[in-house]
This record gives sequence, C-alpha cells and structure tokens, in this order.
Amino acid sequence: MSTDDKTQNGSGLEVDEFSGTETTGHTWDGIKELNTPLPRWWLWTFYATVIWGLAYTVAYPAWPLVSSATKGFLGYSTRGAVEQTIADARAAQSDKISRITELPLEDIKADEDLLRYAVAGGKSAFLVNCSQCHGSGAAGGANYPNLNDDDWLWGGTLEAIETTLKHGIRYSLDEETRVSEMSAFGADEILNREEIEKTAEHVLALAGLDHDAALAAEGAVIFEENCAACHGEAGEGNHELGAPALNDAIWLYGGEREAVISQITKPKHGVMPGWQSRLSPTTIKQLALYVHGLGGGETSAR
Amino acid sequence: MATMAEDATVTAGDPVEPIDASPVNKPEARKLYAARVKIFPKRVSGLFRRLKWWILSLALGVYWITPWIRWDRGPEAPDQAVLADLAHRRFYFFFIEIWPQEFYYVAGLLIMAGLGLFLITSVAGRAWCGYACPQTVWTDLYISVERWIEGDRNARMRLDKAPWSFGKIRKRLVVHAIWLLIAVATGGAWIFYFADAPTLVRQFLTLQAPPVAYTTVAILTATTYIFAGFMREQVCTYMCPWPRIQGAMLDEDSLIVTYNGWRGEPRSLHRKKAVAQGKPVGDCIACNACVAVCPMGIDIRDGEQLECISCALCIDACDAMMDKVGLARGLISYSTLRDYGAHIADAKATSPQQATANQRKVHVSHIVRPRTLIYFGLWSLIGLAMLVSLSLRERLDLNILHDRNPLFVTLSDGSVRNGFIVKILNMQGAARTFELRLDGLDGAEMWLAGGEEQRGRSLEMRVEPDKLREFRLFVSQPRDAVKPGRADFDMIVRDRDGPESVTEDAQFYAPE
Repeated sequence: MSTDDKTQNGSGLEVDEFSGTETTGHTWDGIKELNTPLPRWWLWTFYATVIWGLAYTVAYPAWPLVSSATKGFLGYSTRGAVEQTIADARAAQSDKISRITELPLEDIKADEDLLRYAVAGGKSAFLVNCSQCHGSGAAGGANYPNLNDDDWLWGGTLEAIETTLKHGIRYSLDEETRVSEMSAFGADEILNREEIEKTAEHVLALAGLDHDAALAAEGAVIFEENCAACHGEAGEGNHELGAPALNDAIWLYGGEREAVISQITKPKHGVMPGWQSRLSPTTIKQLALYVHGLGGGETSAR
Repeated sequence: MATMAEDATVTAGDPVEPIDASPVNKPEARKLYAARVKIFPKRVSGLFRRLKWWILSLALGVYWITPWIRWDRGPEAPDQAVLADLAHRRFYFFFIEIWPQEFYYVAGLLIMAGLGLFLITSVAGRAWCGYACPQTVWTDLYISVERWIEGDRNARMRLDKAPWSFGKIRKRLVVHAIWLLIAVATGGAWIFYFADAPTLVRQFLTLQAPPVAYTTVAILTATTYIFAGFMREQVCTYMCPWPRIQGAMLDEDSLIVTYNGWRGEPRSLHRKKAVAQGKPVGDCIACNACVAVCPMGIDIRDGEQLECISCALCIDACDAMMDKVGLARGLISYSTLRDYGAHIADAKATSPQQATANQRKVHVSHIVRPRTLIYFGLWSLIGLAMLVSLSLRERLDLNILHDRNPLFVTLSDGSVRNGFIVKILNMQGAARTFELRLDGLDGAEMWLAGGEEQRGRSLEMRVEPDKLREFRLFVSQPRDAVKPGRADFDMIVRDRDGPESVTEDAQFYAPE
C-alpha cells in the first residue's frame, strides 16, 4: 500500500478504512495493529483503582522502610485487631468468669446458664490438657481411667475431682498430691504364687466373674488378711486411699485372671500431674464441672 | 406533537409531520466504545400505557404497604404479616410460619416463579420485562418524574442540549431530589421485611438501627438511583441475562410486539403524492411515533430484537396515529409468528387491504396449547403439592444425635449407658408438654444429664412456644439385657394434650 492511499486523521495518524479506527503505525508482514481505545468505563475503573490503591497505602501499613513499614494513618494492624478481638471476648466473658471464680462448685452447678458456660470452657481445656491420656471423649483407655463411668478411684464428687485436678495423683512436685501404694505381693515375696492365684480367684468371685469356688474360698482368707484393709471386706474400695472397687464391672488394668494376678504380683500405679501450677483455679473448676457432668459424677455428702 | 393534536381532520392522504427520532439503541447504532446516547421517550396514552400504570401502582403498592400489614399470632410471635426474621431464623407469611429446615417451601415458591415466567413468556413474550420487572417499573416512575418537571420529549431534549442556566439547574435539582427520595424510599422499604417495621422505622430515624440497616438502605438507594435514573435500558441490554434466554422461550404461537410490515411497507410520508404518482403505498406513514415513545431506543419496524422489552407503548403510539389518519389499527400489534406468516400469505393472495381487514386479533388457541398446558400443569402441581404439604405438616419434630465418643460407657454394675443429644422442636405458638418414650430396648431406662433421680421409660418435657429444646439424654440397659454390638430402638415424642406424635429411629451400642 502506498502512502498516497492512506487515509489520515487530524493528527496525521493513519486510519483503517474498514473500521475507521486509527492504527498504531506498526506493520508486521503487512498486518497493521489498530489503536482501539479502551472502553471508557474500563478506563475510569482503572483510574479509580489507582486512586484507591494510593489512598490505601497511605491509610494502612504498606511501604517497607528500613526497620519496619509505614504505620498508616488509620493505625491499623492485624496483630492489634486480633488483640482487640481477644480483649473484647475477655471483657464479654468477664462477668461469667468472675462468678465461676467466686462461687462454690455446687452453686455453679445449680445455675443452668453459668453451668453451660463453665462446662463448655471445661471441655476445651480438657481437649487441650487432658485428652492426651484420657482421650478426647474422656473415655480413657488401657491403664487410663474412663471418666464417663460411675467408678471413681479418688472420689467422684465435685470437690474430690477438683482436688485431684489441683494436686494430681502420685505427683512428686506437689506435696499435697494424692498418694497410695499397693504392696507388690509377689515381687516382694509377701505371698507365694499359689496364694496369689487363690486371691485372684476370690477377686474374680467378688466381681461376679467366672471363678473356681474352692480356690476362691481359700483366697477369701488371704484377701481378708492382706487386701481388705484398703479394698474393703467386700472389695468395695476406698476413695480415701485411692483403692479401686473390686466388686464392680470396671477394671483399670484389666479384669482377666492373668491381669489380676499380674496386678497383685507387681502392681501398676498410675500417675497424674497436678494442674494448679499450670491452670488457673477458674479453669480447674470448669474442668471439674465438665468431668463431673460426663455422666458419672457423684453427689456430695453435704 | 402540538400540530398534530390540533389537526383533527387529517385524512389518510395528508402528510403527517414526522417526529425527529432515531433508534439510538439498535445494535447497528451502538458503537462498542461510545458513551450511551440518552433516550427521551415521548409521552403516550392508550390501552397498554393504562395497563402499565395499573401494574406499576399495584407493584409499588404491594412493595411499600406489605411490611405494614399486621397479623395477630398471639403474644409470643411477631405480629407482622410478612417477615423474614433472620435473627431468630423464622419466616412469617400471614398464617404460614416457616422454620429454616422447611426452606424447601421457599425453593418451591422460586420454582413456581420460574415456571410462571416460562408460562407468561410462552404466551405473551416478555410481558414480565415490559410490565412487571422492577427495572421497568422504577425506570417508568423515574421517567414520569422527569416528564413532570422538565416536560415531554422535545422539552427534555432542548433542556439537555441547553447550556447550564439557573432554570436548568433548578429543574435538574428538583428531578434528582425526587429521584433520590424515591430511591431512599425504595431502599428503605426493603429493610422492613426483615424486622418489625414500626420499631425499625423509629430506630432508623433516631439513628439507633443496626448498621446493616443503614448499609442496606444506602446500597439499594444507590442501585435504584443509578439503575432507574441513568442506566435504564442499558441494564436490560447488557446486564440482564433474560433477553438472551428468551429466544428459547418463544415459539411461533407466542405473542410478540410485531410491526406488520406486510401492510406497512413501503412506508410513505407523503401518501397522497405517492398515490397520485401511482407508486405503491403501505399503511406506515413514517411518522416515527413508535420510535419516539420507545423507552429502549429501538425501532420496532426492524423486527423482533433482544432490546425490545415488549412494553407495547409503540402499539399505543401507532394506534393513535392510525386513528388520526383514518387507517385501521394494528399496524403494530401483539401478534404471533404463525399469524404473521398467515397474514403475509393472505396479503399475497388477495391484497394488503384485504389482509388488514382479515387481521386476526389475539386468539384463545395462542394461549391454550401443549406447551402452555404443560407449564401451567407443572406450576399448579407444585402449588398444590405445597398447599397440601403445608396443611398436613407436623408442627413437632424430634432430632436424635448419638454421642460419637465414647459410643458407650460400661457402668460399675455392668449396665451399659449411651449418651444422646436430643432436640424437641415445638413449632407452635403455644407452650406444650411432650411425653418422650422409649420403644424397644428391653429393660432400658433413660434420664436427663444431671437429673438421674427421675429415670424411667418415659419422661415429660415442657417446650416453650415456637422454641427448640435441646438436652443431653442418657439411656442405659441392665447387664443381663445388653446384647453385644448395635441394637435399634425408637424414641417417640407425643404431644400430651394433642394428636401430634413423631417417632425417630435410634441406635444403642454395647461392647462387642
């Protein structure tokens, strides 16, 4: 195409004859590029975003400097926002928290609304601190007690649970911890193998399980002499000493004959840390209410 | 125009002064990158214009008045007839109350709205777009405000072109002030559907309403003002998907606004001269009235096009003109494609004049045909199904959720206990006492968590009006009755003083 054929507009730019749009003046193998203007709405939107972007960097932290970024006029920071949210939540809960701190456990339990709040808090504290041993549903596992049932080693009243939580069980760092130790009747040669087997038969009989009646009758005598002091004559256990009830269907270390013999021979002793150095008294109260409310909590004597 | 109104004695042969109007929104006239060309629809009167006023008043009336209708539901429930109570998750519509889990009624209504739209479209084309769509209704309202303050088409065009003067500023200020008032009233009315209207209006005016109310009003004010004041036909042409879908909804029996070219062509502004010269003349007198009144800025004589919203104002304009020049009405008319074809054949076989005399009016067979019958059938079926289910639905429900961890707990006496979260839904406006009962599961007993003293195979539960009561329930089965693994049983909740009763399946788990 010769220069003479070109249509030109006022500013001397070539105008494409088919579309009537000016071209950029570039040609590639005879193909010309149209200089199509941007749609106006697009252009204005673009300018608006530029202005918005600049305003944003002035209003909010944006420009990196040597040691930190510009703070922004609004003084906003995500960390600050989180702190504010947490502070607001704390403030909103402060009334309930302080009532839980001040009121006795029984009073909290009587207040339906407060109890629901305390139990919800107790549950989350339980999942963080307790579920590692007792399980997320508090159902325990082998060697770790199930907290849903109605069988308690050291007592299942609110106060007893709170004490256990505070001081732990056989927890050497707390002087007030709950301590008891069952003699290793086999390992320390207090009883011989035969006597232990007879005693185990009697224990099975107490729990209503399959047993050899003749051996159990002999075992009853040995039980009375060696075991009844802590476990009780009928094997009903003793919360004061953390002695488990033997006449029920719940076995911490297993209810099979072998497991019972093993426990008499060389007993296992569970350890639980005391939590008062790590958790606030309020959280411990919430935990006690949660555990008590799992379904097996005992009513206090008073 | 004024000259025409005075000239009542015009005859078919006399030339009519054409209106200087061009279809600025027809596709060929629309440059992709050009700014919108303003449309100044001329005032028109006639059958369809009257119909549009009636529908507009009805639609706006319903929209603005509905939230203020009261409906007594007793002391426990709101007394607003139509209320979407999002905070309490209830929807009230006169005698109907819907809980969130009954949302399928709303889905059903939406399906009915969809089918209704199909039905109307297959019968009368885009009647929704032309008469009832909010975009059309509010645009119509805004245009009438404009016309009231600034005058009709020519006056508005003159004012638009005129340099800024005190008079122009004053008129424009008044127009925009009224537009904004309408916009605020539009946005304002919307929020009353979501809270008690009298309370909210007081809070709103004393600046005590929740921020979301102000935001909603602000957004809807802005959209109303912009859509109805400035974007108008652009919303229909560019933003709305319906014009693009309508092609699939129309068939040869749908009524569409049609320019009957077979009697209109060739157009002739100077009929008398043309007849004298022995040239063929059609009925179209090229007066451009149809273009001048069109709110979409198109020329209906170009044929059916996606910009056309079927408002039929061009029919009114053309009929008025035909009356004036003494020709038969219906040069532009609601016509089906089938009739249009028949008329063309008729015109060819006889003459356009004969075909005009035979021109068919709207016929029942347009409306009653398999397609519309199927749409109507489906529409009524869903409506009936909803009515039946509304009248038979239970106002009581029972949800049971078994504990996941632990599945069961062995108690010291060897019995097995399962925990449940149970919800009783009292969906009536009165407090009721229910009996919750175990069915199956030998020897089992139940009790509420924390209330072990009261245990048995049935419990009495009081539930507040229109409330859900959720509680933790323990069920235990004695040692000798427990079967290993899973056992199925039923929980039954029964209104102690009424006929309602719901049975739900439940499972009881025990060690394997």
